[in-house]
Parts: sequence; C-alpha cells; structure tokens
Amino acid sequence: MDKFTILDGLVAPLDRPNVDTDAIIPKQFLKSIKRSGFGPNLFDEWRYLDHGEPGMDNSGRPLNPDFVLNQARYQGAEILVARENFGCGSSREHAPWALLDYGFRAVIAPSFADIFFNNCFKNGILPIVLGAAEVDQLFSETFAEEGYRLTVDLEAQSVSTPNGLVFNFAVDPFRKYCLLNGLDDIGLTLQHADKIRAYEERRRQSEPWVFN
Amino acid sequence: MTAQTLYEKLWQSHVVHTESDGTTLLYIDRHLLHEVTSPQAFEGLRLAGRKPWRLSANLAVADHNVPTTDRKNGIADPISRLQVDTLDQNCDEFGITEFKMSDVRQGIVHVIGPEQGATLPGMTVVCGDSHTSTHGAFGALAHGIGTSEVEHVLATQCLLQKKSRTMQVLVDGGLGKGVTAKDIALAVIGKIGTAGGTGYAIEFAGAAIRSLSMEGRMTLCNMAIEAGARAGMVAVDDITIDYVKGRPFAPAGEMWEQAVANWRNLHSDEGAEFDSVVELDGAAIKPQVTWGTSPEMVVAIDDCVPDPAREIDPVKRGGMERALAYMGLQANTPMNQIGVDKVFIGSCTNSRIEDLRAAAAVAKGRRVASSIKLALVVPGSGLVKKQAEDEGLDRIFIESGFEWRDPGCSMCLAMNADRLEAGERCASTSNRNFEGRQGPGGRTHLVSPEMAAAAAIAGHFVDVREF
Ligand code: SF4
Repeated sequence: MDKFTILDGLVAPLDRPNVDTDAIIPKQFLKSIKRSGFGPNLFDEWRYLDHGEPGMDNSGRPLNPDFVLNQARYQGAEILVARENFGCGSSREHAPWALLDYGFRAVIAPSFADIFFNNCFKNGILPIVLGAAEVDQLFSETFAEEGYRLTVDLEAQSVSTPNGLVFNFAVDPFRKYCLLNGLDDIGLTLQHADKIRAYEERRRQSEPWVFN
Repeated sequence: MTAQTLYEKLWQSHVVHTESDGTTLLYIDRHLLHEVTSPQAFEGLRLAGRKPWRLSANLAVADHNVPTTDRKNGIADPISRLQVDTLDQNCDEFGITEFKMSDVRQGIVHVIGPEQGATLPGMTVVCGDSHTSTHGAFGALAHGIGTSEVEHVLATQCLLQKKSRTMQVLVDGGLGKGVTAKDIALAVIGKIGTAGGTGYAIEFAGAAIRSLSMEGRMTLCNMAIEAGARAGMVAVDDITIDYVKGRPFAPAGEMWEQAVANWRNLHSDEGAEFDSVVELDGAAIKPQVTWGTSPEMVVAIDDCVPDPAREIDPVKRGGMERALAYMGLQANTPMNQIGVDKVFIGSCTNSRIEDLRAAAAVAKGRRVASSIKLALVVPGSGLVKKQAEDEGLDRIFIESGFEWRDPGCSMCLAMNADRLEAGERCASTSNRNFEGRQGPGGRTHLVSPEMAAAAAIAGHFVDVREF
C-alpha cells in the first residue's frame, strides 16, 4: 500500500447525495478477478453514453458531456468532493479500487457509508469528513475557480484551501498510523498471533461447538 | 454487574486484544465466502505465502454469477465462469469446504449459512458481502466486509474493529394481515433513512419482532444494512433454538445442551441502555412499496408517489426529482395504479421457504396477468427448492404462469442472465432499488413476496390485504 502523507491535488466536485457503490463501479465490472484496471469504468453509467461491459476498449466509447469528470477542467483530479452518505450500498472493494485507479487519493464529504469508509483506508485512500457547511463552501469554490486545488495534510489532519482557509478533520489514530506508514494490516495483526491462539484455547473450553 | 446490550455481550466475548485507542482485534467464528469478493483475497494470501488460519471456520459457495436455468450446460458468460472456476480452484488449493454448483446445498450464501447451521447464536459471522447482517437474526454479530478484510480474516481469523454505537428498534403491537418482516424493514428505513443507522449496530426488539419466524427475522436483519447499520440482530429465544436444532453444522447431544444453556443468555439485559431508541407501532405498519431509487424512498401501498414540490430541503428535492425521472413516475400517482413489467421473487431477503409459501398462497388458483413479461421465482438454495417442490409450491407457481428457477442471486443484481431491460418496471422482493441494480435502466420497486405475487396477478401494484 502506498503511504499517504501530504496531497496537493486538483479537486473535482460530485454534487449529489447517496452516491452508491453500484454507481461508483457498476456490477458487471465485479466479475474481474484482479485488483487493478477499474479506473476507466469508474462511474461508468454516468460517464459514458453507451453501456459498458468488461473487456471493452473504453477509449473509443462516447462520453457523456454533462458528467462532471468529463469536463476538461477536472482532468487529473486527485481529490473528490462529494455529498452525504457517499459510498452507500454494497461492500465491494472495487469501489475504492476504481477511485484509486482513476487517480483519486482523497474523498471529502459530510458523511460516508460505513463499509466503504473502511475499505478506503485499506487501499490508501483518505476519506475525510467535514461539516456540511464546510463541504458546501468547497463546492462553491471548486465551481467558481478553475484549477481549484486543495492541500490535504494527514499528519496535521487538515485541508487547506488556496485562499488560506484551513479545515481540520478527525481520523482514527490507528488508521492514520497505518496510512502514514503504508502498513499492511495483516502483518500487524500477526504480531498478536500468540494472543489469538490463547483466545482460541479459552473459547475451545467454554464454547467448543464453535470449532466443530 | 451492569446491564449489557446483546451487542455488548457479543462484542466482549470476541475480544482478542484492544489497543489504547479502542481499536480491537475481534475473533471471527464463521467466515462465509463467495466468488465475487474473494479472488483478490486468495491472490493476496498466495503472494504473501500465507495460509488460512483455521480452515474449519470457512464455508464457500458461488451464488452471484450462477445461472438459474440449464445448469447442466455450465455458465455461458466466460467472465462469470472464470470467477466461479477461480473460487473452485482456490477452495481446492487451500482446502476450504465449498458447495459447488452441482451440489443440492448450493444457494445464496446468506441462505445456506443458517440453513446448514453454520450460522449459530453467539457467533461472529463475516462475509465479503454487505447483506451478511442477515445472520444477526440468530443473536449473532454479523456484518459485511471488503476484500482486504476477507484476506485479513483468512490469514488471522480476526478483524480490526471499533465498537459501534447501539440502536434499539422497538416494534410493539401486532402486525396486521398481509404485513410482513419486509414491510417492517421498509417502514424502519422510511422512518430513519438509509443513513439513519450509520455507525450503529441495530437490535430489533418488541412484540412484533418476537412473533416473527426465523425467516422473517432474517429478512429484517438482511435490510439493516439498507438503513446504514453494519449489523442488525435479534435476541435468542425458543424460535431461534428450534430453528437451529438438528442442522448439519449445529452441535448435537451433550454439546447441544451446553450450547443452548449458553445461548439463553443472548439478549439485552433488563435496563440495558442503548445510544439510540427508535419506536414503531407494528399495528400501524401497512404493506410497503418503494417508489424511488433508494430504499428510504418508500410509501404504503394505499399512498401516492410523493411530490418533490412539497420538499423544502433542496438537496432532497433534487434527489426526488432525479429519482422520479429515472423511475418514469409522476408525482401524486396512486401506488396501486402503477403497472409492472416483470416480477422477481427471490434474493437473500426473501427466498426462503416461508417466503415462497406466502407468495404461492397468493398465486394459488390465479393467473399471472397477460401484461407481465416475466414472473420469476428463484429459491434461495437447492434445499429450499427441494422442500418447495415436496410441498407442491412449484406446481402452484408454474400453473399460475411463474417461472420456477434454480437457486442463486439472479435478478437481485443481474450479474447472471436474469435482468431488466432499460425502462422495464419490476416488483422485486430484493433489497436494493438503486439505479441499474437489476439491469441498466431497469426500474425496481421493493416489496414483500405477497405483494410481488399479487402484483404479478393484477399486472400492477395492489394492496395484498384486499386481494
Ligand atoms: S441475493 Fe442480492 S443482495 Fe443477496 S447476496 Fe445475492 S446479490 Fe447480494
């Protein structure tokens, strides 16, 4: 997993609430047995005018000119600003994989769906919860200024705007540590292997049927 | 000792280790796997040279991509086939028990876990699928995980978790005729919204819940995720214990007695405090139908499509307008005047034997309306299918004009050949009415099995209480 420290990136706005994981990456792309290559199909149904299927050459497909990520000014965006309950729906980790593969490293919203929020951290994406008024402000500034960028500093837990405003956000200390250091959860957990074995020993005594 | 909620009991009994910030290593008793969210996890294990920590904890089945007809011919779509083959190969390689496509025990992962007794009271149950909340019906702590976590559970038998807040959803009062667990679930989501349960583990309690069968409790807990909660649960009682008894993976003999004694404690203590309590009057709940593209966009069958013009919140109004445009509906249309093209009875929400019985009771002796292009009944597992056939339910459905299929997820998410065409409207017993969920451009209305069967007969939504 890549480390996440400071990100200075172009911002793209996705101005609708309850963006679900089916919208982020439609189910036909879940048939892949790989982790990468989902970027061209991020928001597939909104982004293209035709129907996408896995294995298609996406470069020749007709783009939906009304979809925000197709506008020239947002090409190369690394930070997505979104509305409440972003990532609701299924547990598919293909959603953060697709965002990451497209180039997003951070998503800012007033709230996120729980499993999606978790999955982001496991894949080196930082989901940032800001207040509804703060997110509103980021939307209006993004719309108003072409080339609008934000600086996300994970260590300092801050989002800074080009106009000098600084918004602070909360992040779980353990997740922050893992993201800052690009650490793999499994390796960390296996440092507790003795404790897991001791726990199993106790449970085998008290609830043996669990181990049948 | 202070009074504890069921969630706190389940949490406490699975703690392996807690960091100073509260991040907890939680032991996982049962891990269910399917073909869509596991290939990358197995790949990760292989790359790191790791092995599953405890093989017996795992049970795998392919469900999302399996065809519901002509199964002997295999899977036609090469990409679907590759995913199912990959699960077979991974299970063989690592030694994980799997019910293959030809096995009568194959079915939707959330149907077969309970059916086999692989889901037991007091367990932690996880699966790379959000509807794992279903298993909470057994007084278990059950929730969906992502693929990285699938790999984590395979390798360590644990998950890194933070404790959720607790919410009690209290439904007292007796349910009226024709009102089901599905209607309770939709009414709860209508009340608290699809984000209302975010950060919470929900315990469903009250007289209306106690009166539900295990099938009904599973339907309810299944939909907890649609209310934003990771987990839903119901306390253990005689109904739970009677259901579990004698199932293949359940304990037997002396161990059964020991287990039952232990499970009797799986309820919230008198006076236990929840972070939030939501109350509903069961007697006031009517059969529900969704009208939009989120499960919270729901009304009673005797109601009308809501009017965005009356919504003051501009973000919500925009969402409603977009949903109505997508659904091809006019504000203020009575729900019972909306015609449907297809009917789907199935999915991990409503494909158990009781669901099929209820739908068959409505269909019996009647004909599917000529305007209906397809009415599908897809049992949740091979064993549900067999039992239904033993009871003659298949005949009732077929004689009424429904198609009787092989088990799987089917048109719940249209990863196999069963799907809606653009613009088609479906009465569906599944759990998500998102845009494109049942096929690109498809329009989904979530209902109970009784309501779906009645819509198939009438050709439009009808109030099953008057049907
Ligand atoms: S039936 Fe539908 S919701 Fe349930 S596991 Fe299958 S796809 Fe998911």
